[in-house]
Amino acid sequence: MADDIFERLQAALGPGAASSSVAHGIAVFEIAPAALTGFVARLKGEFGFDLFLDVTAVDWLPQAPRFEVVWHFYSTTHKVRVRLKVRVPESDATVDSLVAHYGSARFMERECHEMYGIDFRGNDDLRPILLYEGFEGHPLRKDYDKEHEQPLVPYRT
Amino acid sequence: MDTETRIPNPVRPAFTQGERDDTVIVNIGPSHPATHGTVQIIAELDGERVLRTDIHCGYLHRGFEKECESHTWHNLIPYVDRLNYVSALVNDFAYCEAVEKLMGIEITPRCRYLRTLLSEYSRLVDHLTCVAAGLMELGAMTAFLYLVMVRDFMYEHLADLTGARVTYTYGRIGGLARDLPDGWLKRLSEILVQYEEFVGRVHGLVDRNRIFIDRMRNVGTITTAEALDYGFTGPILRSTGAPRDLRKDTPYLAYAELDFEVPVGINGDNYDRYYVRMREMDESVWMMRQLMEMLPAGPINVDDRRCTLPDKKLVYTEIESLINHFKLIIDGPKVPAGEVYSAHESPNGELGFYLVSKGGGTPWKMHVRAPSFVHMGGVHRMIDGDQLADIVPTFGSVNMIGGECDR
Amino acid sequence: MKAATIPIQAVGEKSGAFEYITTKKDELIGWARKFSLFPYPFVTACCAMEFMAVSSSPYDTDRFGAALPRFSPRQADLMMIVGTISHKQAPVLRRVYDQMCEPKWVMAFGACATSGGFYQNYAAVAGVDKIIPVDIYVPGCPPRPEMVIDGIMRLQELIARSQHPIATKEF
Repeated sequence: MADDIFERLQAALGPGAASSSVAHGIAVFEIAPAALTGFVARLKGEFGFDLFLDVTAVDWLPQAPRFEVVWHFYSTTHKVRVRLKVRVPESDATVDSLVAHYGSARFMERECHEMYGIDFRGNDDLRPILLYEGFEGHPLRKDYDKEHEQPLVPYRT
Repeated sequence: MDTETRIPNPVRPAFTQGERDDTVIVNIGPSHPATHGTVQIIAELDGERVLRTDIHCGYLHRGFEKECESHTWHNLIPYVDRLNYVSALVNDFAYCEAVEKLMGIEITPRCRYLRTLLSEYSRLVDHLTCVAAGLMELGAMTAFLYLVMVRDFMYEHLADLTGARVTYTYGRIGGLARDLPDGWLKRLSEILVQYEEFVGRVHGLVDRNRIFIDRMRNVGTITTAEALDYGFTGPILRSTGAPRDLRKDTPYLAYAELDFEVPVGINGDNYDRYYVRMREMDESVWMMRQLMEMLPAGPINVDDRRCTLPDKKLVYTEIESLINHFKLIIDGPKVPAGEVYSAHESPNGELGFYLVSKGGGTPWKMHVRAPSFVHMGGVHRMIDGDQLADIVPTFGSVNMIGGECDR
Repeated sequence: MKAATIPIQAVGEKSGAFEYITTKKDELIGWARKFSLFPYPFVTACCAMEFMAVSSSPYDTDRFGAALPRFSPRQADLMMIVGTISHKQAPVLRRVYDQMCEPKWVMAFGACATSGGFYQNYAAVAGVDKIIPVDIYVPGCPPRPEMVIDGIMRLQELIARSQHPIATKEF
């Protein structure tokens, strides 16, 4: 049953994607940044992927384009998952936001923004969520030193 | 006390002015008994009614994902434990299964059944803690003490097996740390009987209690469509009426062979969430009793030298085992390049691990899809519109675990 | 515990009787204070599970007089920092500590509060004594309830032994 829906997805959405495959039980599509919103609208409307699981990014320093933004979706009717991947360069790390489609995107995009510096066009509330006001830099990037602390309260000794 | 250095504010609230002149903005948390210590809620109130809220989490951000990038695949199991620290074993097994998928390892049958048994045991501990804390925040101290007493028996019992009470570091890639000691299963059946007795008392105290029903019925309601839009999974989604459970929908470990039901609620309010958790605990006990019968004999760890440490006798006598052991400890198990997303049904919902490997002994990227974090994005739908005093039970029924939410 | 007040000194020669009285006064107040600790559990992370276990049966802290948590810093005298403190939480911790009145004691509960635990990165404060003074450190990840009780008992010995200036020259 999972193979059936994967075949339908490949047939319908494969041509619009740079590459498509099935890995460890998940259908994976690599797409161009501009094609994201259309893809997601079709996934949600036609194929019933109603649960937005996650958005995160991978820093492929020193490869170019540097960042790969990854979305995961789940369908409660077909009980399968889909992964979308978009490569964006460091100079223009912007992708479309999914807040118009899914309410849960708000918080997850805030986290991805503060950790990697990816800009989400359309999400007007990109305040830091796990980090604090005054934190400079994007910690999950490979060039951020793990032990570089930025304390808010001056140390006693 | 010197106040020359001004203490800075770590957050920027979404609103500082009320919409109307007669509203008040209050700050609840982050050091607050009812917000589980690590969430700040900035609420605009009209009298006692909450108009809108701005939720700030992140006060327990400990840099888990960055920390994992500098440890080997095995060394980061203690970090994984401390994500959802109330049900630590589920995190362990979900992570180990993700790595095993990437490596293409099939765990032994005994390990599969044991992992299922311990996952359900952790689910019991988590729901006990959530219900106990929720009831204590409403003032029902007796119920809290009963449930924490049973939970303490379980902690001691798990300490017999793993060595620790709260965070165990018991899962290993390809298996488990050690096998069951003698008499463990016998003590487990005793504990399950004691559990039923204590939980029966709590049911008697609380279920048809007029005050409890008045405080929890039709408070914190959410509909299924809204819940799915905001990414809710787990008991919260089930309390709205949707029977979505990864153990039934996409079975993993040994769940396909077990007979159990998925309890669902009616309204999606606090009372339903409480009752769904109580029924899920009963289902877990039933599953554990089945698993105790089904547990096969055999080895715990898969016999694969890519991930399993060799036997100590061989390490001290053979050079190949010594080198194998050394490489596994120093460099870590070599996981082939690729990526995987693997999810388990944790007591809070869908706990997913997204791992990216470049072929070495340390992960290139390790991301956790934490259910509590996603739920924080939707909690405002449950709180807005109710009274200020309802924030406490609603928040307690969401079971936000700081370690998971903020990682 | 810092002495921010100046104790009453004997005017003229110190007499043995006066010293005897002040020593007995310190012992009496020490006894009263050590058995009526009002903890402020500054709870953040996993150690909270062991805090819940140690405050309820069977590892009761009520036997030591330290069971009743006061969730307002103005009413508490023992701040138990239970769990990791991140840099985001540090201003909040500092503010709550400043709001407590003298005499106050601080217990660092768990490895993360003591030294940062195994989170040595950009997000966690490596030990809460970088921000506020700590009186007793309870190690463990999380510490067993018996270790917490041992910590409370040592703190009680510390309180019993220390000076308790209750009146100042101005008063």
